[in-house]
Amino acid sequence: MYGRKVKLRFIFILLIFLVLTLSVFLVLKSLEENVIYFKSPSDVKTVPELDSKKIRIGGMVKKDSIEISNNSVNFIITDFKNEINVIYSGAVPNLFSEGKGVVAEGFLKDRNFFQASKILAKHDENYMPPEVKEALKEK
Amino acid sequence: MFKLLEPNKIFLITSRAPKFVIALFIVVLSIGLLEALILSPEDYKQSHSVRIMYVHVPAAWISLGIFSSITLLSISGYIFKNKHFFLISKSLAPSGLVFCIVALVTGSIWGKPTWGTWWAWDARITSMLILAIFYLLYLIAWRIYRNKEQVIKITTLITIFGIINIPIIKYSVDWWNTLHQPASINIMSKSTIHSSMLLPLILMSAAFALFSLLIFLMKYNTELIKLKNKGLERL
Repeated sequence: MYGRKVKLRFIFILLIFLVLTLSVFLVLKSLEENVIYFKSPSDVKTVPELDSKKIRIGGMVKKDSIEISNNSVNFIITDFKNEINVIYSGAVPNLFSEGKGVVAEGFLKDRNFFQASKILAKHDENYMPPEVKEALKEK
Repeated sequence: MFKLLEPNKIFLITSRAPKFVIALFIVVLSIGLLEALILSPEDYKQSHSVRIMYVHVPAAWISLGIFSSITLLSISGYIFKNKHFFLISKSLAPSGLVFCIVALVTGSIWGKPTWGTWWAWDARITSMLILAIFYLLYLIAWRIYRNKEQVIKITTLITIFGIINIPIIKYSVDWWNTLHQPASINIMSKSTIHSSMLLPLILMSAAFALFSLLIFLMKYNTELIKLKNKGLERL
């Protein structure tokens, strides 16, 4: 139906596309460590050795774990399998609260303690008016 | 099918349609803004910041959609040697770039009060920035290369490079841990956005799509005028 040249061009484009997709896939796969924005507490528990590099740890703020003292905020990040204690001094974002997502940036002191230098609140994908939230709670 | 793309017939449409499109755009945008800024409820968690989403999400959708269209048109234009496809792509690109930048800027404005940072190098945000760079490359290529054979090959290549980034943008939030939240609107599974917030989102998307259509028609009209002045052979 189509000329030979059309077919050749089609195959050529397809080949370029496949080669590029494969190379991008391989690059992303090998750099996965850097593509991931934060690690989970479980990832931290399983690393063979601790290094002094700055990392980010993300998860949920454990319920009833926030302790605010004079100039520091302590809380626990959990992924419902493992937990890590976070020590932080400074201002927290407005959306930072118990039972909500959080990403802490800083240094690991040991496998259980994390000294954060920056706290980011992670918003989840749920959007609803306050009345609906109330109604959901009552259920 | 390609007969429909005769410049003279198209020119009749592109020179007359904009005024209807602009009227429709103004109507849809007014209703959309009224819904987004006044009638829709605030969010239970982020309160009024949620209203930024009604600009952010449609802008991101449109810029992704336009890049996909440009790629599809460029590739089929290259395979079937149809030069009009390239002119359509060229006319679509500017509004795609604008909406890509709008998505990045509004995301940044939303990020400060909610996340606590203007910018994060997470996969979604970085891949969106890469899309903006590809849009720029694409538009610059049209400016730099005057030789039409050359510009066709180079822009097609740019779009093929760029299209690989599109699924990465879409699925970055599912594949990796990102600061950016996953998609709220899902076709396959239940959406996690309340219907009262979905309505302004859809209206604003329609308004932005109409705006893109308007800019496209005006750009394409200009291209056709240029074409008429030069003569078809010189395309």
